[in-house]
Amino acid sequence: MGKIAIEDLAKIQEAARYKIALRQGAGRVRINVHMGTCGIAAGARGILTAVMKEIEARNLHDVIITNSGCAGLCSQEPMMTIEVLGEPAPVKYVLLTPEKITKIIDMHVLKGQVVKECALALGSERTR
Amino acid sequence: MEDLSLHILDIAENSIAAGAHNISIVVNEDAAHDLLTIEITDDGKGMSAEVLRSAADPFYTTRTTREIGFGLALLKDAAEMASGGMEIQSTPNLGTKVRATFQLSHIDRKPLGDMVETITALLCSSVEVHVLYVHARDGNKVVFDTREIRDELGSISLNSVKAISVIRGYLNQEEDTLAH
Repeated sequence: MGKIAIEDLAKIQEAARYKIALRQGAGRVRINVHMGTCGIAAGARGILTAVMKEIEARNLHDVIITNSGCAGLCSQEPMMTIEVLGEPAPVKYVLLTPEKITKIIDMHVLKGQVVKECALALGSERTR
Repeated sequence: MEDLSLHILDIAENSIAAGAHNISIVVNEDAAHDLLTIEITDDGKGMSAEVLRSAADPFYTTRTTREIGFGLALLKDAAEMASGGMEIQSTPNLGTKVRATFQLSHIDRKPLGDMVETITALLCSSVEVHVLYVHARDGNKVVFDTREIRDELGSISLNSVKAISVIRGYLNQEEDTLAH
């Protein structure tokens, strides 16, 4: 125990060459996991880990992962917001599970198709 | 909260919301004294004596002090359920220290949970923070310090999923050395 091993340091150094920014830079996609007390209690930490693992597994270099506090919809946690450059509005995904994360990354992040059944709401109100 | 590592993440998120640059998390499992201690120290903006008095009151919440929220009340409750308690020391502009104690063998003491997940989650918070993590169990100890990595590697940034993945692997190995 104690000092971090040289080989691990080397791996981190190697990893730093990849331009997968977590919180800054001009990424094409920004994924924000809500990590307030409500989110954490509902499983946000597992969601954040699932997002990191999916992004790493797909070797995506243009996705920024970040987190924020309570968004005021505690009953819908765990939640995340995805912003894609060029899309008209961010999409809030609710009641997430790691399985849903895989689908959302595949459909929304890679193919640009919003996963409607996992989204909070789409568009504005219409009367008919 | 299902386990203590989630409480710790929640309190450390308070630290980040309070503008901390450095967060220290010390977990000490001491079977000889049947005691589990968790200390979370930050150099955030701190709290005034008045705010501190109400910090653990779940019904104390206003817009301006919103970052305090429910988290401390829940940790205090978890500690008291296990014959322990929680205390907060805070100085405006200097930082805050939250200390919670638990009777280690208490039947209502929540399990510690996955500390590696908590530390890696903190490493990808919206603001880059230095994290010192110490986990001691009956004389054995895991020490992880993001400053140590930066000192070794220069001005390297840890903000990539690959770097965090390496750290996750490293920490899991280290935690395994603490096994009973």
